[in-house]
Amino acid sequence: MDTQSYMPVPPGVGLEENFFSLDDILLSHQRLPCRTENAFPRLGFLEKSSETPDILEGTKMEMPLWLAKGLYERKRRVLSVDLPKMYREGWRTVFGADPNVVDLHKMGPYFYGLGSQLLHFDSPENPEIAQAILQTYIGRFRRTMDSSQNAYNEDTSALVERLDFLERTLFREGKSVQRKW
Amino acid sequence: MHRVHTDRLCVPFHPIKCGGNEAKCEGKSELIPTIKFRHCCLLRNQRCVAAYLYDRLLRIRALRWEYGSVLPANIRFHMCAEELEWFNQYKKSLATFMRSLGGDEGLDITQDMKPPKSLYIEVRCLKDHGEFEIDDGTVILLKKNSQHFLPRWKCEQLIRQGVLEHVIS
Repeated sequence: MDTQSYMPVPPGVGLEENFFSLDDILLSHQRLPCRTENAFPRLGFLEKSSETPDILEGTKMEMPLWLAKGLYERKRRVLSVDLPKMYREGWRTVFGADPNVVDLHKMGPYFYGLGSQLLHFDSPENPEIAQAILQTYIGRFRRTMDSSQNAYNEDTSALVERLDFLERTLFREGKSVQRKW
Repeated sequence: MHRVHTDRLCVPFHPIKCGGNEAKCEGKSELIPTIKFRHCCLLRNQRCVAAYLYDRLLRIRALRWEYGSVLPANIRFHMCAEELEWFNQYKKSLATFMRSLGGDEGLDITQDMKPPKSLYIEVRCLKDHGEFEIDDGTVILLKKNSQHFLPRWKCEQLIRQGVLEHVIS
């Protein structure tokens, strides 16, 4: 439904998610590499690589964001979340060098959203991650807005392919406003 | 057509079998992580279902503005009894609100949602819609591809439903 009367719940900003937002629900479905610091008895059937009835302490698993957020505790008894590779030092320098070059859709379609949610997990690199996400957004913003306003009636699939979800929303809005104008 | 994007919604199914064992765990604190795990899954399911139902309501609300107060039968078919009830209540609230505006008669704010440029507009019929009566009593036959010069306020609903098309020459 793309009429003006249908106003779906928008995704949350920064560290907060909107409970009813469908976009946030899809975002929190993304998986993160984690390691259990605690054993989870009787849940062994979820871990396909081992045959044990329990999930043992120190198991490396991929958990969806919603589960990692729900189980994580500051006192660090339960879970530790590893940073996915695009939020680590190596990729951060790439983003710093030239943010426009990167295909953010391939890096996980929710680069900004997932990055913001990662800050919940108290990694020592949090300030650097936050800065990197912000600077990447600033660096790419200009080009996204420019192309959305000047690509009237053209095939924009090549441009849109390399944008992450947030940038695509921006792009669509820019295009629809321009069409109305 | 009321398209609910059910393909967007992923309700995870977790066959957590430890529910039945919870009753036996008095004093067994090592099961607490498992219980917490299950609780997260339940909350997740709850969130997905709630968001789905809420989104449906938002779309139903939009229907009042797009289609008017009478919904086509094929749309009503897809709504449950509670949603129909909600729609009726919403219609009533909206009508009460509109009556309270603009003096004695009230103001229909579902008309003229974009500022109109002229009183009468040229429209082309996109599909057969049968007979259509305008204010002075004349009956117009809306047949596919026929063109008419009609008052804007009568055409607006039909344009939004896709029956008529505004011709800009």
